[in-house]
Amino acid sequence: MSLIGHNTPPIFKRGPAPTVRLMLYVSAALVLLVTDLKFRYLEFMRQTVAVVLYPVERAAATPADLVLNAATYFATLAKVQQENSLLRRQQLRMSEQLMRHEQLAQENGRLRILLGMRDELPARSVAADVLYAAHDPFSRKVILDRGSTHGIAQGDAVVDERGVIGQVTRVHPIQAEVTLLTDKEQAIPIAVQRNGLRGVVFGAGAGQLELRYLPATADVQPGDTLLTSGLDGLYLPGLPVAKVIRVDRDTQAFARIFCLPVGGVEQSTQVLVMGRLSPPQPPMSEEGGDDVVVGADTGKDS
Amino acid sequence: MQPTNRSQRILQPVKLWYLYLSLLVAFALTLIPTGHLPGVPDWLALVLAFWSVREPLRVSLGTGFVFGLLVDVGHGAALGQHALAYVLLTYGANALSRRVLWFSPLEQALHILPLLLLMHVVMVVVRMLAGADFPGWWYFTGSFTAALLWVPLHFVLLFPQFRPVERDDNRPI
Repeated sequence: MSLIGHNTPPIFKRGPAPTVRLMLYVSAALVLLVTDLKFRYLEFMRQTVAVVLYPVERAAATPADLVLNAATYFATLAKVQQENSLLRRQQLRMSEQLMRHEQLAQENGRLRILLGMRDELPARSVAADVLYAAHDPFSRKVILDRGSTHGIAQGDAVVDERGVIGQVTRVHPIQAEVTLLTDKEQAIPIAVQRNGLRGVVFGAGAGQLELRYLPATADVQPGDTLLTSGLDGLYLPGLPVAKVIRVDRDTQAFARIFCLPVGGVEQSTQVLVMGRLSPPQPPMSEEGGDDVVVGADTGKDS
Repeated sequence: MQPTNRSQRILQPVKLWYLYLSLLVAFALTLIPTGHLPGVPDWLALVLAFWSVREPLRVSLGTGFVFGLLVDVGHGAALGQHALAYVLLTYGANALSRRVLWFSPLEQALHILPLLLLMHVVMVVVRMLAGADFPGWWYFTGSFTAALLWVPLHFVLLFPQFRPVERDDNRPI
């Protein structure tokens, strides 16, 4: 190694010149960037390093935990009582809904049998705590305290008590990274609750979502609720996602539809990670020539 | 080595374990989840820049690259983003090393500030090319805090070298 801006005489040469080393390292970094951003080949390497870093991360998270715990510790009694009464009322309302839900589920099952439809796929769910918001300021992500060892898989939907807040995009053995709906690269397939119109919602920044690629004449009004459509095979159908707040029809061929997420996308601390037990496969071709192994419960598919 | 090249005082040579320990501590500090709080300095960049200035033969591009990759994984950022930024930072700090030491710590901080800003600009450009959003101007405030921290850091990181070889109340230096 030699100093930058200082030409060592040949007898003292110690390795390649600084500029050469700079070029080497810069090109290595660029290659890594392209491989990671474009092809996502490096997940394995990332996971291995992440496991090694886990203790350091936990240690680093302690100051933040302390601050949060102290804040809750010093919450006033009045506040706790208020929250308690609110929760009691909420539970009362929920229990009523639950009782009706039981009956409706049975009825739904019977009707489905009558109609000869396939049973809805069972769902699995894992409760998790949000550890902290991810450091990366270029994206909207949070880290959960549960990972693949607890049954979380990549692509699972993450919901809070009000609606969908994001999707698991990276799973480590004991942690999972959730991309929030408001992230620019996050998309979620939805259906309008009022008329079943399907579309895809993208993050639009500033806490908003945008329903894209619907023609200017599409039947969407401010106030409409958007639910997951379940067409992607990842999300369970019928989870509330967002409410339409503004429809702008006179721009181009497509309407610009802005929505606000229903769930507490950037606030919730306790979430539920929901996934399908086995994602439904697309119907096989007639000859059955596909080599794809199809799960048992798709057998009834026509 | 002297604290600054104008100083009369001679420092002890750096202890390698202290150098790497300080880098590891700085790395742990960058992992503290501060959310999107403005003005949080990039500790690791600061300490890397410091040692690249003081010990250009020990801490240089390779160190920056390896620690950059670790930060990328720890932050969940694009792999190579911090590595690229830190390589450029250490290169710049290495190149400055023989000039900067003629100045007082405060003036040194002024030399380091553009390097830190450049590092953040590089990361913004890389991520925006990849399609991410502009994170907002607050993102750059971290470099100013870091530059302010250079002065206290100067004394903390050089502290083991300030100690005399053996205790002697009548030492001439």
